[in-house]
Amino acid sequence: MAERILMKGNEAIAEAAIRAGCRHYFGYPITPQTEIAAYMAKKMPKIGGVFLQAESEIASINMVYGAAAAGFRVMTSSSSPGISLKAEGLSYIAGSDVPALVVNVQRGGPGLGGIQPSQSDYFQATKGGGHGDYRMIVLAPASVQEMASLTIKGFDLADKYRMTSMILADGTIGQMMEPITFEDTEITTYDKPWALTGTECRRPHNVVNSLYLKPEELERKNFERYEKYAEIEKNEAMWEDYMMDDAEIVVVAFGIASRVAKNAVATARKEGIKAGLIRPITLWPFPNAAFEAAVSARAFISVELSMGQMIEDVRLATKCDKPVTLCNRAGGMIPSPDEVLTAIRTAWKGEAK
Amino acid sequence: MNHKRLTLFAGHYGSGKTNIAVNYALLLASEGKRVCIADLDIVNPYFRTKDSEGELVAAGVHLVSPAYANSNVDLPALPAESYRLIQDRSTYGIMDIGGDDRGAYALGRYAEAIREENNYRMAFVLNCYRPLTATVEDAIGIMREIEAAAGLKFTCIVNNSNLGPETTPETLLATQDFASRLSRETGLEIWLYTAEERVAEEISGLPVLPLRLQSKFFDLPSSGLHGLNGGS
Repeated sequence: MAERILMKGNEAIAEAAIRAGCRHYFGYPITPQTEIAAYMAKKMPKIGGVFLQAESEIASINMVYGAAAAGFRVMTSSSSPGISLKAEGLSYIAGSDVPALVVNVQRGGPGLGGIQPSQSDYFQATKGGGHGDYRMIVLAPASVQEMASLTIKGFDLADKYRMTSMILADGTIGQMMEPITFEDTEITTYDKPWALTGTECRRPHNVVNSLYLKPEELERKNFERYEKYAEIEKNEAMWEDYMMDDAEIVVVAFGIASRVAKNAVATARKEGIKAGLIRPITLWPFPNAAFEAAVSARAFISVELSMGQMIEDVRLATKCDKPVTLCNRAGGMIPSPDEVLTAIRTAWKGEAK
Repeated sequence: MNHKRLTLFAGHYGSGKTNIAVNYALLLASEGKRVCIADLDIVNPYFRTKDSEGELVAAGVHLVSPAYANSNVDLPALPAESYRLIQDRSTYGIMDIGGDDRGAYALGRYAEAIREENNYRMAFVLNCYRPLTATVEDAIGIMREIEAAAGLKFTCIVNNSNLGPETTPETLLATQDFASRLSRETGLEIWLYTAEERVAEEISGLPVLPLRLQSKFFDLPSSGLHGLNGGS
């Protein structure tokens, strides 16, 4: 067995990125994700990598854009307000079809908001944030171990599909410590014939750009990109089922909320309530198949650290044919297992609207 | 256990300083001493001494923490009341220092007064399961950085090596060689071993301070997780 070590969620992301072959990190400090940058600052110089604290979030995402265009595995990390600043760069990266890993350890918003954990950037991550028609693969870790494994997975998916993978974590998972293991990671490497590596006068030069002045050409690019997105929706959805075999009351939660929800579902089962949990691991693509498989379900409860964002995707996935209620806290607060349990009991009694 | 009037806990971030400082304060209070604990962590606003305020106050421990700790305007500013620890010699003072050298800069403010009284213990909290202190050389490196930032030298080591909820007595016992080497190479005594109370119960023949940890409700029942050994 590989060695167990005790890590913070943020450190696990940084170490996993290094193991995945990332040697270029560009960022700007913000609570609660600063340990990612601190870890990179300590480690990168020792392994011949680049750690660069840019003058702003906008500068750092454009450095990511540049290094990605040059074919490197590259990443940046920030927290909610910082991700808003990076939105322009995310759109350019999407429009140029280059791969990158972006980490958002969410805190409460909107605006400067607070520094405590939140999941209120769900819309921003899964529906856009930047301008134009584009998607990002959005991965939602629920443990320190998953902070590591989904970071490695995120780099792979980014290279495979030439697009951004976002790790959508929250302040609690970023800060908490758990023992983890780094298995000997199989790193898949991808040919990048499109990368700007220098022609050495032996091939036509490559261009990385998101500007298309001919509308026909820009439309074709968008159509092509959406064919790729359809492929991803078909192949890459990930989720976890917990006690779903005969579940009638289905709790849906991701990240830190799923851990609270799991406790509540376990307690509900002890009371004889047929409760279960669907934990989306990919938020885009949303795991619609999990909901199609939930044939015994008669009500859904979306548990979120926001005013209710994922709940819209739950309604779409269930085609609005079952009641879906929201159990939430906002602004940096986390729902307690009792709050979730109360919502489960209410739905069990058929009082859910 | 003999006590100095001032006890400072410093070390790598995430090594367990806050949990140890809080439990040590409670131990002193249980021996009938007047105790004051100061949260000097200006680095990390998550998981801090103030989280244990209820327990500390109930035990009669006076808590000094930054004015807006645990709020959304958590500022890296230390309250003037911190000097009470230094100046009120009728009280046992405990200082919880922020992680790494960055956290230890805050201690520099008080270094001269602490040296002058010269009745203090500055403990290097070690967890050799943390990746950046996983070798004796790395641990010494961080120790020296903290000393340079704080303007104070460590006087002893606290071996808090653990794997969070997976810690067993063997987890701690297996690190004795590591801790002894660190002790030999730095000339510092190993003052204490620390472990979560249920693990500590099973260890004999070592001076183990049992730690009661805060439990969080996102702990998973399946893993038997009942407390996070978290944060600086």
